Amino acid sequence: MANKFLIYVEQRDGNIKKSSFEALKKGSDLAKTMNAEIEAVIIGNEVNNLENIGGYGVNKITHLKNAELLNYSVSAYCELFVKFAEESDANYILLANTSMGKDLAPALAIKLNCALVVDCTAIEIQNGNLIATKPVYAGKAITVVETNTPKSIFTLRPNVFTIGQPSEDKADVTVKNIDSVNLSNKVIKVTKAEGKLDVAEANIIVSGGRGLKAAENFKMIEELAAQLGAATGASRAAVDAGWRPHSDQVGQTGKTVSPNLYIAVGISGAIQHLAGMQSSKFIVAINKDKDAPIFGVADYGIAGDAFEVVPALIEELKK
Amino acid sequence: MKIVVCVNHVPDTATRVNISSNQKTIDSSGVTYVVNPYDEFAIEEALKTKEAIGGEVFAISLGNEANKETLRKVLAMGVDEAILLKTDDNLDSLSVAKALAEEIKNQNAELVFMGKQSVDYDNAVMGQLVAAILGYNIVSTATSFNLSGNKIVAEREIEGGKETIETTIPAIITAQKGLNEPRYASLKGIMAAKKKVIEEKIVQSSRNFVNVIEMQKPPKKAAGKIVGVDASAVPELVRLLKEEAKVI
Repeated sequence: MANKFLIYVEQRDGNIKKSSFEALKKGSDLAKTMNAEIEAVIIGNEVNNLENIGGYGVNKITHLKNAELLNYSVSAYCELFVKFAEESDANYILLANTSMGKDLAPALAIKLNCALVVDCTAIEIQNGNLIATKPVYAGKAITVVETNTPKSIFTLRPNVFTIGQPSEDKADVTVKNIDSVNLSNKVIKVTKAEGKLDVAEANIIVSGGRGLKAAENFKMIEELAAQLGAATGASRAAVDAGWRPHSDQVGQTGKTVSPNLYIAVGISGAIQHLAGMQSSKFIVAINKDKDAPIFGVADYGIAGDAFEVVPALIEELKK
Repeated sequence: MKIVVCVNHVPDTATRVNISSNQKTIDSSGVTYVVNPYDEFAIEEALKTKEAIGGEVFAISLGNEANKETLRKVLAMGVDEAILLKTDDNLDSLSVAKALAEEIKNQNAELVFMGKQSVDYDNAVMGQLVAAILGYNIVSTATSFNLSGNKIVAEREIEGGKETIETTIPAIITAQKGLNEPRYASLKGIMAAKKKVIEEKIVQSSRNFVNVIEMQKPPKKAAGKIVGVDASAVPELVRLLKEEAKVI
């Protein structure tokens, strides 16, 4: 059977997510090597610059469109995605491992009764099949897995797969107007944390821990993050103390992250925290205790007082 | 109403992980197992719902004999009945979902809670899989839950914010931290749990769709550089980030 890839492209507020560009690029690279067909699908109302996905090597996309699809609804989106994927008959289906991808991929896996591998950090071709790398135990161990069903679904961890510089190619967009959508599950309100980047999607994260001593001291973490265009994160200790919301928590009972740069301030490096951030490309630790385990995973460290080092760092970056 | 809560028996997050000699699973010797942390929020929400509208809470856990330890803890928290879906096999998520769905159907439960993710395999898709099998509504990663009649209003966490969802039972809710504050088992609960019978059902073995070729430890990072011990090291740190790491 000839191989065919289907990439699910995710939009929020009409904008394509960066993690979907990563899935498109990875999918098109794999399809090229396997000499396979590739297409993409997007669900939503108006979407900006959809033809630009051509720059990531996928030149065919179907836009399933209806005004009621403005906001994500698990019932509506799953129904449309599953139907499209069945008709597409692709045998490799790729999605970003986002809150939306984690709803859609399982619904399709059940419908197709096929293999599902989520949160992949690498996908390779071996003997004509896809082999995926998937961290487990929050990254304390890594599994390499294969699938043995005619079709397979993979979700890709955001921020891991590189996209490089997109080409000028434009994709052919086919708009399919959808008559009615299943809103048995309906989003009635979306609350955005004002101007806040999510740790799971950020290129740079500045995290604070117990060493910051109080909620108000996270102000300097926020300032440093703003200076770097970074998201703010927190250790479990800081969240349990009520200083930060759980959505900021990095670690085994929070989020597993892989940014380009992770700056840990006043975080000693409990094993459950290290598990969630040790796959970051570069790690900076700022901690008073030079024997803290965080220095064991850090590329660069300053074994000094965060209350002196962080303000100096903010000033230096302003220069 | 009959409420089901699915619970998993997992290594404590403070534990170090070693790979077993088969290179496909972790070495469980010397590892402390606990109730999956996210499942504690699911249990609490199930108990709160029962207290509000009446009914019974059944806990289901899939795994081997050792999972009984977790089921006892769950009974001690106030769950009415516990069922062990027993298997010694290492099932993939779809096989687990199918077994859980079958038992939920057996129990005729219209409201199911479980943790948003199990901190062993970290797939975070079990609730969604079971919901898709049963045709139930799903709210994944819920941070609030309200039931009135058969109508559910819940909030779920998404990247950089929250969605407020309206749906109806039958439904599966997967619990995120922040949903509630899980209760501790009372002494009375612990004593009562000891006397309760955990029902056992054998899970028919099925073919896994995903096979683990090997499990490894992540590559160890080379020791980093301590740039300095106070603020005077900051210019050098910034230089390294700009010129060596090229990340800012």
